[in-house]
Amino acid sequence: MTDLTDLGIAAIRDGVRAGDFSAREVATAFNARVAGAKTLNAFLVETPEHALAAADEADRARAAGEAPKPLAGVPIGMKDLFCTNGVATTAASEILAGFVPPYESTVSQNLWDAGAGMLGKLNMDQFAMGSSNETSAFGNVISPWRRKDGGNAPLAPGGSSGGSSAAVAARLCPGATGTDTGGSIRQPAAFTGISGIKPTYGRCSRWGTIAFASSLDQAGPMARDVRDCAIMLEAMAGFDAKDATSLQLDVPRWEARLSSDLKGKRVGIPKEYRVDGMPAEIETLWQQGVDWLRDAGAEIVEVSLPHTRYALPAYYIIAPAEASSNLARYDGVRYGLRDLPEGAGLQDMYAATRADGFGAEVKRRIMIGTYVLSAGFYDAYYTQAQKVRTLIARDFEQAWERCDVLLTPTAPSAAFALGEKSADPIAMYLNDVFTVPSSLAGLPAMSVPGGLDGAGLPLGLQIIGKPLDEQGVLNAGLAIEERAGFAARPEGWW
Amino acid sequence: MSDYRIQGDTGEWEVVIGLEVHAQVTSNAKLFSGSATAFGAEPNTQVSLVDAAMPGMLPVPNRECIRQAVRTGMAIDAQINRWSRFDRKNYFYADLPQGYQISQLYHPLVGEGHLDVSPDDKNPEAVKRIGIERIHVEQDAGKLMHDQHPTRSYVDLNRSGVALMEIVSRPDMRSPAEAGAYLTKLRSILRYVGSCDGNMDQGSMRADVNVSVRKPGEPLGTRTETKNVNSVRFVMQAIEHEAKRQVALLEEGGTIVQETRLFNPDTGQTRSMRSKEDAHDYRYFPDPDLLPLELDEAFVAECRASLPELPDAKRQRYEAAGVSAYQAGVLTAEVESARWFDALLAAGAPGAQAANWVSSELFGALNRLGKGIEESPVSPSAAAELLALVADGTLSGSLAKQVFEVMLETGEAPAAIVEARGLKQTSDTGAIDVVIADVIAKNPNQLAQYRGGKEALFGFFVGQTMKAMGGKANPGVVNERLKAMLAG
Amino acid sequence: MSVDTRTVKKIASLARIAITEEDAARLAPELGNILHWIEQLGEVDTAGVEPMTAVIPNTLRLRDDVIDADPLTGGGIRDKLMTNAPQAEHGFFTVPKVIE
Ligand SMILES: [Mg+2]
Ligand SMILES: [Zn+2]
Repeated sequence: MTDLTDLGIAAIRDGVRAGDFSAREVATAFNARVAGAKTLNAFLVETPEHALAAADEADRARAAGEAPKPLAGVPIGMKDLFCTNGVATTAASEILAGFVPPYESTVSQNLWDAGAGMLGKLNMDQFAMGSSNETSAFGNVISPWRRKDGGNAPLAPGGSSGGSSAAVAARLCPGATGTDTGGSIRQPAAFTGISGIKPTYGRCSRWGTIAFASSLDQAGPMARDVRDCAIMLEAMAGFDAKDATSLQLDVPRWEARLSSDLKGKRVGIPKEYRVDGMPAEIETLWQQGVDWLRDAGAEIVEVSLPHTRYALPAYYIIAPAEASSNLARYDGVRYGLRDLPEGAGLQDMYAATRADGFGAEVKRRIMIGTYVLSAGFYDAYYTQAQKVRTLIARDFEQAWERCDVLLTPTAPSAAFALGEKSADPIAMYLNDVFTVPSSLAGLPAMSVPGGLDGAGLPLGLQIIGKPLDEQGVLNAGLAIEERAGFAARPEGWW
Repeated sequence: MSDYRIQGDTGEWEVVIGLEVHAQVTSNAKLFSGSATAFGAEPNTQVSLVDAAMPGMLPVPNRECIRQAVRTGMAIDAQINRWSRFDRKNYFYADLPQGYQISQLYHPLVGEGHLDVSPDDKNPEAVKRIGIERIHVEQDAGKLMHDQHPTRSYVDLNRSGVALMEIVSRPDMRSPAEAGAYLTKLRSILRYVGSCDGNMDQGSMRADVNVSVRKPGEPLGTRTETKNVNSVRFVMQAIEHEAKRQVALLEEGGTIVQETRLFNPDTGQTRSMRSKEDAHDYRYFPDPDLLPLELDEAFVAECRASLPELPDAKRQRYEAAGVSAYQAGVLTAEVESARWFDALLAAGAPGAQAANWVSSELFGALNRLGKGIEESPVSPSAAAELLALVADGTLSGSLAKQVFEVMLETGEAPAAIVEARGLKQTSDTGAIDVVIADVIAKNPNQLAQYRGGKEALFGFFVGQTMKAMGGKANPGVVNERLKAMLAG
Repeated sequence: MSVDTRTVKKIASLARIAITEEDAARLAPELGNILHWIEQLGEVDTAGVEPMTAVIPNTLRLRDDVIDADPLTGGGIRDKLMTNAPQAEHGFFTVPKVIE
C-alpha cells in the first residue's frame, strides 16, 4: 500500500469515498508525519485529536451511506492567523501568547463544515508580516528543501505562510490554508515547489482571521497541485454577512470546470516585470512558461503595466498604515500579553505591553504606518498611495482589453538562506515585487511550480486573472502544471 | 442679535459658542454589531466579540442607524450625502477596545443644515438661525469606573459600539440662552423624528461645548472644548463659567490654551482634563473594513416619507387653527404634548378652546398629579367629549371643572358623569325665571339700590341665582334673564 | 526623508510602543531609508486621479436592526469574552487606575 501522506487532497478524498482506505488511516498517517517533523518547526500547535474526530465522522458518514462532504476524510493544516475555537491562536506573536479564541473563523468553519479535519496550527511570519518566516516569535520555519551544493544551509520557506508551504512541501499535510496580503501565499508556494492561489478580494471571508491589512488580506489554499487548490478554495470561499467586504456571489464549481485547453485565450506578458538583476534562470523559466501556454492553445501578447514599479512603495504605505490601526487592539486589556511595570499607568502599560509583545518587524511596520498617517503627512503618503493604487488597478483593466490572464514569475529569486536578507528590510520587501501589484488590485493570482534552478530549488510561475476569474487562473495554472511535469520533492532529511 | 456681553475691566466681551452634540441613535442593536443597546444592563453583558475588538472581528453597519441619521438630517433641512464613508479615528484609551473609533471625518453622511431657535421666552417670534455644519455617524466608547477599586479602573463595554450621531453646529451662538435654546430645540426635533430619546441623564444626549471670547468686531479667539455636558442647564452654566474664566485670564494678560475641559455640575465650574492633555494626532483614514456607504433613491425616499410633521410646521398649523403663538410654542415644544394635542384636535375639539383647556386645566392637573402628558388619566377623545359638552351648553365652565375632576379620578366618560351626577346645566328660561323671581323677592334692598344706579350689584344677583340653581344654570341665560327682570 | 530620533520617539509614543534611546537611534536611519524608498511615489502624476476606495466594485451591505441575530456578532457572552482577560473583576475588565 502506498504511503497515504504521499497523496494529495483529490486522491485522499476519492480514496476515502471509494473505501480504498479509511479517513482514520489518513489522519493517523499525517498525525504521525507531523509529529515526526518538529525540526521544520512548521506547526505551532498540533491537534491530532481534531484530525481524528473529523476522520471518524467521515468514516461514520460513509458507513451510514450518507452523501460525502466535499472534504470528508481530508486533514489539513491551518495557518495560525485563523482563529480556531478552543485552539490557541497567536499569529506567531508573543502579544497573543495564551490566547484561545472562543470562536471559529469563517474560513476554518467552512472547511470543517466541508468535512476537513485539522492537523494543527501552522507557524508563520508574525502577524503575516514577512517574506521568509523569520519574524515568527516562535522560531523560524525551516524549508524542507536544501540546495544541492551539499552545504545544508537552512533555507527560508517563504512567507508569511511559511509554515503552510513547508508543511505541504514536506508532505505533513495534503493542503493548508494561507493568507495573502502582498504575496504571502504565492511566494512561499514558489519557494517550496507547491501551488497556491489567492482568490479575488472578497471571495473568502475575513471574519475571524487576524487582520494585517484589511483592504488586501485574502485567504487561499496551498496544496500540491492545481486541482487540490480548486477543491480547497471551493470549500473556503463563500459569502459571509459578517464581513462587509465579502462578495455576495455563489462559489463557482472550479474543480468541475478545470480545463487546460487554452484555445481562444490570450495570455499577456507584462514587459515591466522584466526587472534589473533578475536571475537568468527565472528569465528562462518565464520564457518556458510562455511556450507551455502557447502549446496549450493560448495566444501570447505583450502588454504594459506602466505603474508596476510603484506598486511596492505604495504597498509599503497602505499595508503598514492599515496594520498600525488594526494592531492597536493588542493593548493588554482584554486578551493576550499584559506587561504592567511597577507603578505604571494605563498608557505606560500599553507601551510596555506592545514593546514586549510585538516583534521587531511588526513594530517597524506599525511605526511606518503611524508615521505615514500622522498629521501633515497623510496626503503626501497615504492619499498619494491610494491614488497610485487606482492607477495600478487601471493598468490591469487596460491589460484585460488585450488578454485574459497574465503570466509572470512569482518571485525574483529562488528560496534564500535563513538570515540572508533579514538585516535589510527593503531587500526583503523586494521579494514581493511581482505579487504585490495584483494584491493592490484585488485580483486572483496563483503560483504553480515551473522547475528547479541550478541549485535544485523550485521556481514558480504566477498567473494573474481578471476579477472573479479564478477559473481562468486555475486553468492556465493547470496547463503549466501538465507541461512542467514538476515532480521534484525535498528529501526527507528532517 | 444677542446683546449678551461679559463685562470685563477692559470693556465688553462677546462670547462665541459652538456645540458638538452626541446623540445616541435609537436602535435595537449597535452600529456595527448585533448586541443590544438598552440602558442599565449588567456590565459587559451587551458586548459582542466585535464590540470587544477580539482578533479578526469586523464591523457591518446597522441600516436603522443610518436611516435615523438621514431622517435627522432631513429634519434640519440638511444636505444628505448619497456617498459617504467611515473613517477610523486612532487613539489609545481603555474605553476604546479597537484602539480606534469608527467615525466619519472626510465624507459625513449629512452635510450643511440649520435650526431656527427662539432664545427669548417672552418674545417667541424673535427667531435666530443656527447653522449646522454636519451630522456624522460614529461609535460610542465604553465606560470607565474609577471609584470601585483603590488602584484599578473598571471597564464596561456595554456602550462600546452604540451608534451616535455627532451633530456639529457652526459657532453661531452668542449667549448661554441661545445655546440653551438650540439644545432644547435640537432635542425636541430628535424626539419628534424618533432618532434619539433625548434622555440626557442616561447620557443619550450630551454636548461638547466650544467657547471662545473676543472684543466685539474682532477675529475669533482661541476656544476651549468642554466635554460631555449632559443637561441644558449645565451647558448654559459651563458657557457662562468658561466665558468669564477666559475673560479674566485674558484681562490678566494671560492666553487661552486650546484644550479639553471637564464640567463639574456640583461647582458649576470647568477644569482642564488631565487625561487628554497631550495634543492628539488621530491619524484619521478611511476604514478599510468598510466600503463607501451609498444610499439609493428608495432608501432616501423612505426616510423622507417617514418623517413626521416637525415642531415649526406644527406650530404654524396650530396658530392657523386659532391657537395663540405662545400656546402653540408650549404645545409643540415636546413631542408628547403635541401628539396629545393633535389627537384632541383630531377628535373634533376646536383649536383655541382646546389649547386654552390643555394649557390651564390639563397641564395644571398633570402637574398636581406629577404625571407626564403621555400618562394622562384622561384621553384626548374623552377630553374632546368634555369640551364638546361645554361648547353645546351642556356644561358651564365650572361644571366642566367638576366633571374633569371626576374624570381624572374615575376615568369615566364625561357624558356618563354628567348623567349620573346630574351635573347638566340648564338653559330652561322658565325654570331660571322662577328662581330669579324668588331671588328678587328675597332681596328687596339690593333691588332698590340696583335700580337706584348701583349696577355693581348685578354680580350679586348672578351669584345668588347660580347658587340657588346649584351651579347648573347656563350663565349666559342667567345674565340675559336677570338683566330683563331686574329692569322691571 | 531623514528621520531623527526625536521623530522616532514621537511616532513610537503615538503608536504606544515603549522604546529606549538605543532603539530610537537604531530605528532612525532604518525608518529614514524605508521612507526615502517609499517617497519615489511622489514622482507619479496623480492629478485628477481618485484615491482607491474599493478594490473590487462592491457596495456596502447594511445589517438589519435585530439584537443577537447571529450569536457570533451578538452580546450576552460575557464569560466567553472574559476568559482571555489578563485581569477582570465583578464582570469588568480592569486596568490601572485612570485619572481624568
Ligand atoms: Mg468633539
Ligand atoms: Zn464624536
